[in-house]
Amino acid sequence: MHIYANPKRFLSLAKWLTPLLFWSGLVLSLGAVAWGLFMVPQDRLMGETVRILFIHVPAAWLGMGGWTGIAISSAALLIWKHPLAGIAARAIAVPGMVFCAICLATGSIWGRPTWGTWWEWDGRLTSMLVLLFLYGGYIALAQAAAREGSSYKIAAIFGLVGAINVPIINRSVVWWNSLHQPPSLTAGKSAIDGVFLWPLLIAVLGFSLLFGGIVLMRMRALIAEAQVEARLRRRALDDDAPLGAAANPAPVNSTPAETA
Amino acid sequence: MPVQMKAKHQRMTLVILALAAILAAGLIAAWALRSQANYFYLPEQMSQTPPDIGQAVRLGGMVQPGSIATQPDGITVNFVVTGNEESTVPVRYSGILPDLFVEGSGVVAEGHLGADGVFQATNLLAKHDENYVPRELEGLEGHDGNGGNGGNDAYAETVAGLE
Repeated sequence: MHIYANPKRFLSLAKWLTPLLFWSGLVLSLGAVAWGLFMVPQDRLMGETVRILFIHVPAAWLGMGGWTGIAISSAALLIWKHPLAGIAARAIAVPGMVFCAICLATGSIWGRPTWGTWWEWDGRLTSMLVLLFLYGGYIALAQAAAREGSSYKIAAIFGLVGAINVPIINRSVVWWNSLHQPPSLTAGKSAIDGVFLWPLLIAVLGFSLLFGGIVLMRMRALIAEAQVEARLRRRALDDDAPLGAAANPAPVNSTPAETA
Repeated sequence: MPVQMKAKHQRMTLVILALAAILAAGLIAAWALRSQANYFYLPEQMSQTPPDIGQAVRLGGMVQPGSIATQPDGITVNFVVTGNEESTVPVRYSGILPDLFVEGSGVVAEGHLGADGVFQATNLLAKHDENYVPRELEGLEGHDGNGGNGGNDAYAETVAGLE
């Protein structure tokens, strides 16, 4: 694992892995969504609205998986102090928040025809909304730390503390009476018929690959940004140098105006 | 080098301890919320610890098969909500019914308990269960719809899921 903690090795790996993940993820998720939208039969009770399942479930999975990734990266950052872990956590935050928002929006749209309400404060819905706010808080903290050069530790600790919400979201429909139904997919058991399950699993896989591609893209962008900043800083220091008392006199002597 | 390794291990222990503490705190908090964060009362909870007459509460459970009776005025329905046990609560509601409101399916009624023991619902929400079954397969073996003889398994499963 430490081999890829080296940014150079990571970049050479990410260079070919990024398009691979991104395009395979895009093809799989578009295919699975089209399958769910046009080829899947109606649900016995929900009819056509069952088709929103193929976006809602992958989005929920990635919203929660994203925070799990932030928590793991934060722990690695605090323990090994490797900057790449911090970059990974920052890169995950924005797409994770987007998928969390997609989950809430599609859930709300789905809730109106099936339950008869856009929003209810039940355990699952509330804890998922809390996750969205946690993402917002994390992004603000991590950006402030990156821009102002303040400690990265605050964001990392926030990433770890916020992870407690993930098992709460997962268990909310089991611990409490909720409007949201209990889990359909539990270890080794599925309450989802095969005609819905297969496109759903492919959608989850496709969205996950796409998510991985986006995260790698953002990690490369963040690394490039840091490199540009470092280079600019170095150049600014070099430009300032001749003004100092111990400046190198060489450039002054070699100007053509002096020799003429 | 050994000094640095030690610092690294120190940080790791610290992070692991902190994570364990956070996890424990969160789980204890969630446990404390156990009864408070319930979205609705089950019928047995309502009969064991009945809410005050007129207090705004939610009642959730299954619509007992064969219990939906539309009143002569056309918009009032009476039905019975059942839970995991034998306990049942009769409900009265006037208004538009959600699409998924059918016998043997989950329902959440918002309202209050009347003095006559009938739950007066002001709003009805339909609850979907965790089963996704295509319409064509409804009623076939292993795929239970809400109607027909096969409904009992799905009914028992869904009620079990309400725990």
